[in-house]
Amino acid sequence: MTRLLLEPVKVGALIFVAAILQVTIFSSVDILGGTPDVVLLTLMAIALLRGSIFGAAAGFAAGLLVDTANLETLGVTSLLLTIAGYWIGRYGETTGRDRGHAPFVSVAVATILVQFGALFLHYMLGDPVSARVALLDALFPKVALNLLLTLPVYALVRRVLAWATEPEGATEVQLLG
Amino acid sequence: MAGVLVFVSIVLITIYFREPSGGSLHGIQSGGAAVLRPFEVGAERVARPFRDAYGWFAGLVHAKSENARLRGEVDRLSQQVIANQTAARENADLKRQLHYVGTTAFPSGYDYVATPVIARPPSEFQQQVDIAAGLTKGIRKNDVVVNKDGLVGLVTQVAHDTAQVTLLTDPTLKVPALDLTTKATGVVAHGQGPGTLILDRVLKSQTVRSGEWMVTAGWKSEGLKSLYPKGIPIGVVTGASLTDLSLYWDIQLRPRVDFGSLQNVLVLVPKTRQR
Repeated sequence: MTRLLLEPVKVGALIFVAAILQVTIFSSVDILGGTPDVVLLTLMAIALLRGSIFGAAAGFAAGLLVDTANLETLGVTSLLLTIAGYWIGRYGETTGRDRGHAPFVSVAVATILVQFGALFLHYMLGDPVSARVALLDALFPKVALNLLLTLPVYALVRRVLAWATEPEGATEVQLLG
Repeated sequence: MAGVLVFVSIVLITIYFREPSGGSLHGIQSGGAAVLRPFEVGAERVARPFRDAYGWFAGLVHAKSENARLRGEVDRLSQQVIANQTAARENADLKRQLHYVGTTAFPSGYDYVATPVIARPPSEFQQQVDIAAGLTKGIRKNDVVVNKDGLVGLVTQVAHDTAQVTLLTDPTLKVPALDLTTKATGVVAHGQGPGTLILDRVLKSQTVRSGEWMVTAGWKSEGLKSLYPKGIPIGVVTGASLTDLSLYWDIQLRPRVDFGSLQNVLVLVPKTRQR
């Protein structure tokens, strides 16, 4: 019961802090034309550790927070991060289970797909977008920065999610026969 | 579950995109932004020393390839304690803004709202920043934003306590401009590279040379007038060329404002406006 209540609270707190840090700090970190995306990294860790449902819900909430804080079109980031969170969660539940490289693969693929998705959505909404800037100038540095931050963010999120939560699993066994 | 959230996201995009700027979703977003603002301001204050420290080290690396003047500047800066430097820099920045307000270069007929920048562009698609002042300070859509160096951009969205400023480097902004020396006129727009500007629509019959300053033209015509007051510095001409086939000059500008390190800005508010 405690776990049922505590898990969403911890996930919500992680997403909130990540979104605030992203819009105030990390968005202005420009290294070789790319900016790290700590919201996506936090979402990746949550989705891998807690599955596709948590991933999708956390992605939706994170997107709403980012769009609200930046006064951008509501729903754009939510749509992208919901799909990203769900996909990463499914990957973690299936082929990525217990694989050491799963966080890195998830981050690399999700960063590229979210960037392409954002370009497509902004184009569809009539925003002025430059595919050259988004895909040629910014994408590679962004993937590299995200990969650099993957391990620390994943470790931090895993530590927070494990905090004050009893381990999952059977506490007693009943012998049959 | 995920399908429902995707559907809700698409519904949100559709409603937000179709409703007017005073619609219910915009109102909810404005309220949400007001709730998030204290957290953003808090995070900004906590991060500022680290940001300055990062900037200091980045500047140090850059200075190695610069001349002796910049080396001297780095040496001088290295003697300061980073925490004190943070406060001193902010103080100096605000003083420069106030000094600019007191000079004749400040547009007449306007008051100003001094405000810090609290959020930067979330991705490469946007050339906007968010500022910590909105409707309550008398700011409205299409108000002009400047700093001590010159034109920064235009207010494009306003909420209760915050507003979005579209920077001069955004493809959507076009600013009528005037050459201070030759009085040639044209339209400033974003250039090909990030952070660069061009001056378009300058007829061959006019004269433009490298090194000349461009300011806002501030035209008036038959009851209409430019959004931008006259005489706000925009940038300096870095290159001007002509070809036989083109109707206009091909002119590149270097913006006077450093859009990568905006910390405080002034929003120009007409004195005639009820606040």
